[in-house]
Amino acid sequence: MAQPIKVERTVTIEKSAEDLYRFWHTLENLPHFTRHLKSVKVYDDGRSHWVTSAPMGNSVEWDARITEDRPNEVIAWTSVEGADIANSGSVRFQPAPGDRGTEVKVITTYDAPAGVVGDAIAKLFGENPKQQIGDDLARFKMLMETGEIATNEGQPSGRRS
Amino acid sequence: MKAVCWQGANKVEVETVPDPKIINPGDAVIRITSTAICGSDLHLYDGFIPTMEQGDILGHEFMGEVVEVGSEVKRIKVGDRVVNPFPIACGHCFFCKQTLTSLCDNTNPNAFMAEALMGYSPSGIFGYSHMLGGYAGGQAEYARVPHADVGLYKIPNGLTDEQVLFLSDIFPTGYMAAENCDIKPGHVVAIWGCGPVAQFAIRSAFLLGAERVIAIDRVPERLQMAKDGGAEVLDFEQVDVGEALKEMTGGRGPDAVMDAVGMEAHGMGLEGLYDKAKQAVRLETDRPPALRQAILACRKGGTVSVPGVYGGFVDKIPLGAFMNKALTMKTGQTHVHRYFAPLLEHIQNGDIDPSFVITHRLPLEQAPQGYEIFKHKKDHCIKIVLKPGQST
Repeated sequence: MAQPIKVERTVTIEKSAEDLYRFWHTLENLPHFTRHLKSVKVYDDGRSHWVTSAPMGNSVEWDARITEDRPNEVIAWTSVEGADIANSGSVRFQPAPGDRGTEVKVITTYDAPAGVVGDAIAKLFGENPKQQIGDDLARFKMLMETGEIATNEGQPSGRRS
Repeated sequence: MKAVCWQGANKVEVETVPDPKIINPGDAVIRITSTAICGSDLHLYDGFIPTMEQGDILGHEFMGEVVEVGSEVKRIKVGDRVVNPFPIACGHCFFCKQTLTSLCDNTNPNAFMAEALMGYSPSGIFGYSHMLGGYAGGQAEYARVPHADVGLYKIPNGLTDEQVLFLSDIFPTGYMAAENCDIKPGHVVAIWGCGPVAQFAIRSAFLLGAERVIAIDRVPERLQMAKDGGAEVLDFEQVDVGEALKEMTGGRGPDAVMDAVGMEAHGMGLEGLYDKAKQAVRLETDRPPALRQAILACRKGGTVSVPGVYGGFVDKIPLGAFMNKALTMKTGQTHVHRYFAPLLEHIQNGDIDPSFVITHRLPLEQAPQGYEIFKHKKDHCIKIVLKPGQST
């Protein structure tokens, strides 16, 4: 098995830790701003089921449980036994200096096993997993600060395909 | 609709493309009544701005009538007559709150591209490469405008398109460049370039209290327009600009200098050949002779204002002169939003009629000829306004 891959990114958002924590704590909200996460469903026992899109119409799925939850400070999770890809992550909220809102730090760790699924996850996270997480955080910031996510998809061009 | 599409270096075509539609709840769609070709569009036309793609719709100086609004648009209504600012701003982020709207955090969906080149991304800009958002531009019959409530500026009755169109870019750009000169009573400002932005910078410098403005170019009709605006002029092909400025300012040098030329300045002699050769093989992305000369000419403790557009890297900037003379540089894409109200007031008061800069009016369909005329400064061209829906 390959070494776990760890990715860390931080963004500052002009909202209170309380607002940001509340949005994130409803895990079903995450696919609103993540590029690859298709859905998160929370079960009654607190566990959750995560589905991400993968290349060629495939998906990667796992169940996760919350490992740490301190209101307005941190949420951490880890996949449980039987996940396609063993992974864990956390999001931390910390007031930014000078009344600039909240620093939001996301750390994710995942195993990248060999084989077909390993290849899929490598493609999923692209050449640069740090950028993918960074882009997701940029979209989270857009959604929280402005209520929408900037896009140029669906606009006209004179491209000849 | 018809739109002006970039097809590669030195090639634009007017094509029929799908009409834009509302994508986000804060969007509006406007029917464009007037749209201009900007000097900075020539950097795209010449192929010096990276991340352009075949088919991209150009144009960032436009105005028109609102025809559709998204569900979250409150202030702007269908039927409003509006001018659009070239940078796209969200109105909520750290930068927008300080009216630094061209630095908006939340409007560039391709921020990662700009971050790779610049560390951090400026705002999205209409029709100005994928690195700056990949937004379809306004040299078209219609355009989608994100964050319409923040950006679109309603125009009162009684003013023509030509009087207010340039609030979208070049009037605020010239004005901010003059503000960046930190003008105090008695100051002399020297401006490299007499293109449209410089023409507004000259007039803005006087509005802000400059004693004298000295403008530098080599194109006779541009020098004449600068004179008409009250500037003294220098032809850089006829005189040694540094020497001339020194003599004209009692040996002190200008209090502030401005590079209103940017990345494709024309150098003289060996220096000019050096930059042209390096830029041609992409060892240097931008040619900076105007900036070099401005730094050397500036008086000690003076200010260097740079409204000219740069895209990447330049060589041989005299940083020693800059440091030892204790100069200050001020620059940036224009924070257009904050200039709408004060500059509209100047127009309404009759302090300035921005239409003075227009030399050519063409139907949108003639944009390809327009780019050629403008690029080569044929037919005494200084500024072209395109009118959609005017050809028969």
